[in-house]
Amino acid sequence: MIDVKRIEEVMRVAVEHSSADQLEVLASAKETALTRFSNNHIHQNVSETNMGLSIRAAVGQRLGYASTNRLDADSVKAMVDRATEMAAHRPPDDRFISLPSPKATLKRDLVASSTVDCSPERRARQVEKLIRVAEAGDLTAAGAFSTGYDIIGIANTLGVMETTVVSDASLKTVMMAETSSGYSSAIAVDVDDIDVDRVASEAAEKARMSIDPIDIKPGPYTVILEPDAVADMISFMAFAGFGALSLQEGRSFMKERLGQEIVSPLISIWDDAFDDHTIGLPFDFEGVPRQKVSFIENGIAKGVCYDTYTAAKDGVESTGHGLPAPNIHGPLPLNLIVGAGDVSLGEMVKSSERAILVTRFHYTNLEDPIKTTLTGMTRDGTFLIENGVIKTGIKNLRFTQSILEALSCVEQISSERQMKDAFLGTIYVPALKIRDFNFTGATQF
Amino acid sequence: MKELALLALDVAKTHGATYADIRIIERQNEAIIIKNGRVEELGTSTNYGFGIRVIADGAWGFAGSFLVERAEIERIARLAVDTAKASALVKHKNVTLAPAPIITDSFTSPVQKDPFNVAIQDKLALLSEAEEIIRKTPGVSIASASMEMARQKKIFASLEGSYIEQETTECGAGIHAMAISGNDIQERSYPNSHGGDSATAGYEFIESLDLGKHAAQIAEEAVQLLTAKECPSGEMTIILDGSQLALQVHESCGHPVELDRVLGMEASFAGTSFLTLEKLDKLRYGSPIVNINADATIPGALGTFAYDDEGIPAQHFDIVKDGMFKGYLTSRETAPILEQTSNGCMRADGWGRLPLIRMTNINLLPGDSSLAEMIDDVKDGMYLSTNRSWSIDDKRLNFQFATEIGWEIKNGKLGAVIKNPNYTGLTPEFWNSCDAIAGQDEWRVWGLANCGKGEPMQVSHVAHGAAPARFRNVKVGVGR
Repeated sequence: MIDVKRIEEVMRVAVEHSSADQLEVLASAKETALTRFSNNHIHQNVSETNMGLSIRAAVGQRLGYASTNRLDADSVKAMVDRATEMAAHRPPDDRFISLPSPKATLKRDLVASSTVDCSPERRARQVEKLIRVAEAGDLTAAGAFSTGYDIIGIANTLGVMETTVVSDASLKTVMMAETSSGYSSAIAVDVDDIDVDRVASEAAEKARMSIDPIDIKPGPYTVILEPDAVADMISFMAFAGFGALSLQEGRSFMKERLGQEIVSPLISIWDDAFDDHTIGLPFDFEGVPRQKVSFIENGIAKGVCYDTYTAAKDGVESTGHGLPAPNIHGPLPLNLIVGAGDVSLGEMVKSSERAILVTRFHYTNLEDPIKTTLTGMTRDGTFLIENGVIKTGIKNLRFTQSILEALSCVEQISSERQMKDAFLGTIYVPALKIRDFNFTGATQF
Repeated sequence: MKELALLALDVAKTHGATYADIRIIERQNEAIIIKNGRVEELGTSTNYGFGIRVIADGAWGFAGSFLVERAEIERIARLAVDTAKASALVKHKNVTLAPAPIITDSFTSPVQKDPFNVAIQDKLALLSEAEEIIRKTPGVSIASASMEMARQKKIFASLEGSYIEQETTECGAGIHAMAISGNDIQERSYPNSHGGDSATAGYEFIESLDLGKHAAQIAEEAVQLLTAKECPSGEMTIILDGSQLALQVHESCGHPVELDRVLGMEASFAGTSFLTLEKLDKLRYGSPIVNINADATIPGALGTFAYDDEGIPAQHFDIVKDGMFKGYLTSRETAPILEQTSNGCMRADGWGRLPLIRMTNINLLPGDSSLAEMIDDVKDGMYLSTNRSWSIDDKRLNFQFATEIGWEIKNGKLGAVIKNPNYTGLTPEFWNSCDAIAGQDEWRVWGLANCGKGEPMQVSHVAHGAAPARFRNVKVGVGR
C-alpha cells in the first residue's frame, strides 16, 4: 500500500492536473511504531500509518498552499485546485523568482529491512531485556523504543521528481533509583545496530553512581558536557542563527560577524547530509540537492544555509536546506556535525581538578537569540568531579548561559562522538569541557 | 460511518480484545501569516483518519491509519490487538478501567460566525491593518500578524456501547513586533506571545481581539524596550499579568497534576512530578488565597469540550483549594488508584495518537484585589507581562520564565520600562508567596495551543483562566 511507486503516482497526478504557472508537490508516507515503557513494564504501544501531500502553487508571483492526506485522484486534484485558488487571493511576492529546476541528485535510500519489518513483539523483547537490567539493579526503567520508515517525494512542474526512503530506530531510557536517575540512548538506520545492552548498562550505571546526590552551590564551574547536553545546546544555536533567514532579518548572532572569530578556535560546526554519521535526505523539501555547509570553522563564522527563497535575495544558489513550505523559519540544517577533539571523555575527567559532569539538559529554552542566552536544567546524571575523579552525584542545577560564551571557553573536545536526535534532524557531537559555565539555580533532587 | 466504527470494534473483539474504542477524525485548518508587508502563508489543510485503542491479554495496543476504508480498518484493528498482545509480554498486572457511563450523544461547539465562510480577503484585510501599523512604526524591524482556524469532526465509539459525535471549531490570532538594534533584540505581542490567543469559538473571537487597536502600542513598546533599563538582579516583589500567569499555572500546576506523569508514565520524556500521591489533601501548595480548578465546561475556552477521548463527560473540580493540594487530572486507567472514576481529561492529538491525560482549562480563580491595588502596595518591585521563554525541571519544581516587558514599581507607582526581565523560583515557595490576586473584572481565559507531551510527541490545545497576581521575595534578573 505504501511504497515509492504510490508516492510517485500521487505526485504525477498533482503535477499533471496543475493549471498554475508553477506547481510543487511534496509527498510523504510513513509507517512508525513506538513501544513505551515505565515502571518496568510496557504501558503504551502504538503505530501509525499515514501519507500526506502538500501543494505549493505559483500564479505569477502569487503563492498558495494546500495539504491533505486524502490521496485518491479526485482529492489530489481538488487540493491542487485549492492551492491555486489560494494563490489567486494572495498579493504578489516579489521575492519569489521560481521553483527550482531539476539538478543531478545523488540517489540514496537509507533503509534497513530489519527496521521496516520490526514487529511489536521484537520491540517488546528488546524492552524486556533492558528492563531486566534495571530490575537487577533495583532500578525503575522508563523509555521508548521506536522503529519506522518514511518515504519522501518532491516533484514540480519544472521537472523535479525525487524520492527517497529512510528508516530509523531509536531507543532511550531513564533508569531511576529512589534519589537518582541515569539516561542513555541510541539511534540508527538499522534496528540491528541498536545496542540494547549498552544503553541499559549506561543508564543503570549513571543511576547507581548518582544515588544520594549532594547539594552544590550554583555559580560558575568548569563543566564536561556529554554528547546529549552538547546536542541540545548546538541545536538551539542552529535554530537561532545558522539559517539565512535569521541572518537576513538581523536576528542571528552571525550578523555582521561572518569571517570573525565568534567562538574558540577548537570549535568547527558544519552540516553534511551525506556523512555516514547522520541520517540525511539527499535533497531538501524543494528537491534541491543538499550541499555541505560550514557554519563555524576553527572558531570563525563562515556562513549560513539557504533555500531558494533566501538564496535569491542574496544572489547565491540554494544549499539544499529548504524546509516544507510554507515555512516561516526559513532554511535550517538537519544534519549537523561538530568536529572532534583528541582526548577521551575519561581523560577529560582525569584532567579536571574540580568540575561538573552533565549527562544531559532538560527543558532548555532561548531567552535571547542574538546573545544566545540559554536556560535549562541538568538531568539524569549530574556529578561532581574532584581531582580527576567522579566523586559524587549532585542535585540538578539550572544554568543561564550564553552559548557563544560557552563555546568561547571550550578547553577540551572528546575524540569520540555520538549521533543524537536534534531539534530538527540529527546531530553528531563530541563531549565538551568548558570553563566558567554559569549555573544560576538549583532544585531539590 | 457508524458501520465502519462498529466494524473496527467487532474485528478487535473477534481478534481477542476485551476492550476497544475507535476515533474517526477529520480536521480542516486554515492559516494566514503576514510578515513585513508580505503574505508569508495562506494555506489550507485537511487531515482524516482513525485510531483504534484496545486492551488484549490485559495490556494496551493502539494503531491508526489515514485510510478510512473497510479493509484498512480490519487490518488496523488486528494490528492494534497484536500490539497489545506484544505489550502483554512485558506487563506487571492487567490494565483495569474505572467504570464509565454508556453515552450516545452529539455535540457541536457554538459558533456565531463560521470562520470558513469569511472571505479570505476580509481575513487578509483584518491582519494587514494591524501589521501595517506595526511595520510603519519607526524602529520596528519585523512586524507580523497571524490567524488560524480549525474545525474537527470526531466520532468516538467503544465496545462498551458509547457512540459520540463531536464537532468543535477553534479560532485564534495574534500580532507581533520585533525591534533590533545591534545585539539587542526586543519583542512585544498582543494579545499574547507564541501566536496570540485562541478559543473554541468562531470568527467572532478573532474580531473581538481588535488587533488593529492594539498594534500601535505593542510596536511602540518594542522600540521603547531597546533603550529601556536592564532588569535588576536580586529579590523583589513581582506582579504578573494574566497571560504570564497562565503559563505559570500551566507549567507549575497543570502539568504536575497529570496523574499519568505522577505515576511515572512520562518519566523518560518531560519527567515526573513533585506532587506525589501522599501529598494529596496534605500539601500546602500555595497561600490560602490560591485556588486553582480544572473546568472543561467554560463556554468558548480552548480546553472546553463535551466528552474526552474515552467518552467521559467534561467536568470541573478543584486542584488547589484555599492553598491546599486537592486533586489530579485523571483517566479511566489511573483514577482507580485514587478510588475514583475518571474526571475526563484524556485527549489525543488527532486520530494517529493515543489519548493521554491532558489539561483542560486549568484556572487560577480570581481573588479580591485589583492590579491598581496591588501596585499601590509595592514599595520596590516589577510588573511583568507576556511570556518570552519558559523552562522548568523534570519534577516541575525549579522554573525560570522570561517576559517580554516589565515596568518598575516604586513606592506604589508604575515607573520605567524594564527590558529582558526574568524570574525564577521553586513551585511551592512561589505559590506560597502569593499575597494578592485581582478579581473577576480582570480575570480572563487564555488559550494555549502548543502544549507538548508524550512519545510520539502530541500537541494539545488547553486554556488557563487568570487575573494579575502578586508574589513576594522572588528572585529576578537571573544571569544578568
